[in-house]
Amino acid sequence: MNKESAAALKAKKKQIMEVWMANQTKDAALRDDLMSVAELQQQSEEFLTSLLKAFSSAQAEDTDSAGYEPIHDILNEISISRARQGFSPRETSSYILSLKEVLSQMLEERFREEPAILYKEIIAMNKIMDSLSLVTMETYIKGREEVILRQTNEMSEISTPVIRVWEGILALPIIGTLDSARTQVVMEALLEEIVATGSRIAILDISGVPTVDSLVAQHLIKTVSAARLMGAECIISGIRAEIAQTIVHLGIDLTNIYTKASLASALKMSFAMLNIQVTKAAQTGQTGSKQNFGF
Amino acid sequence: MERIPILKMGPFLLVTIQVDLYDRLALTLENDLINMVSKTEAKGVLIDISAVSIVDSFMGRILGNIASMSKIMDAATVVVGMQPAVAITLVELGLTLSGVHTALDVEQGMELLRTKIGQLDTDEEGLYDSFV
Repeated sequence: MNKESAAALKAKKKQIMEVWMANQTKDAALRDDLMSVAELQQQSEEFLTSLLKAFSSAQAEDTDSAGYEPIHDILNEISISRARQGFSPRETSSYILSLKEVLSQMLEERFREEPAILYKEIIAMNKIMDSLSLVTMETYIKGREEVILRQTNEMSEISTPVIRVWEGILALPIIGTLDSARTQVVMEALLEEIVATGSRIAILDISGVPTVDSLVAQHLIKTVSAARLMGAECIISGIRAEIAQTIVHLGIDLTNIYTKASLASALKMSFAMLNIQVTKAAQTGQTGSKQNFGF
Repeated sequence: MERIPILKMGPFLLVTIQVDLYDRLALTLENDLINMVSKTEAKGVLIDISAVSIVDSFMGRILGNIASMSKIMDAATVVVGMQPAVAITLVELGLTLSGVHTALDVEQGMELLRTKIGQLDTDEEGLYDSFV
């Protein structure tokens, strides 16, 4: 890109800005529900100023040069914020692509009489804008991945609470598929809690686990063995009919592990193991009307 | 040479490992403990490993060995206070210490040993009764 076209574009900055904004606002992809036009205007102006400055620098063609650093920063910021706000990839990339359109128009106007130069300049400008749009997409995807990663982490944290249901009895309702990474989280959380509360029994409830394959069973057995090594006994509860079928068909050996169909029966079993007796209190006074539950 | 003390508490032996075990120390402990079991005719061995933070396959094997040897000499082994990280490591190594009883702390371990001894006594009486 030569000095001449850079200067020409600079001179027409105001016009470029107007057409670009018009393009952006008339585009059906613009999400004015996610971002106000004023905000967009300010963002675009800032971007265009830095871009034109970079065009007139000595290394205008090299988008990795120092002149493009502020542009990259702005693009990163825009793409990441758009990824978080829920813009689609098309909406994000059209930001740069609509500017490219305007710039080609302006170059065409300037070099209408000299097609050879026009061709060269358009190619050079295209190259720069394409590489910038690649940067946009890259950052956009990075931003989306960050969102996904955060959600995954949150999910695995939310879905593995360790609950103390009785003195000496912990319950761990597992919801969602157990993979290696989650098993590690679940196992660590359970073992830490066993130490912290001094519980002798842990109930692993798998009613929320959609499928149990040999790998999931392996993970469960590992958790049970680790708890046993520490001196706590594990009961696996919430085994549905189809899960029982799969386990037997796969030939998984759960004979060394206590299994129960429901959390209630597992709790009953833990009471028996801890020699706890739960009985119905004898009714005193009139029934139904006012009962004191000890609150 | 460094040695791990073995305390006698009634019919039981109590070993508290306060340092990280290296191979030689573990072998010495195995040796001392088995000699002690035979000398005192202990009915149970309680090993407290709550201060042990690092464990390898060798250490796991030594624990298993102690349990098997004690069993032959009619003493139950209880390992107490295993750290979560240690438990996970042993499971990942495939060592589930099947012959060893476990408990959360020394108190619960002692209780477990007492119930084991009680069972043994009644078993022996039963054996004797059926013999007579």
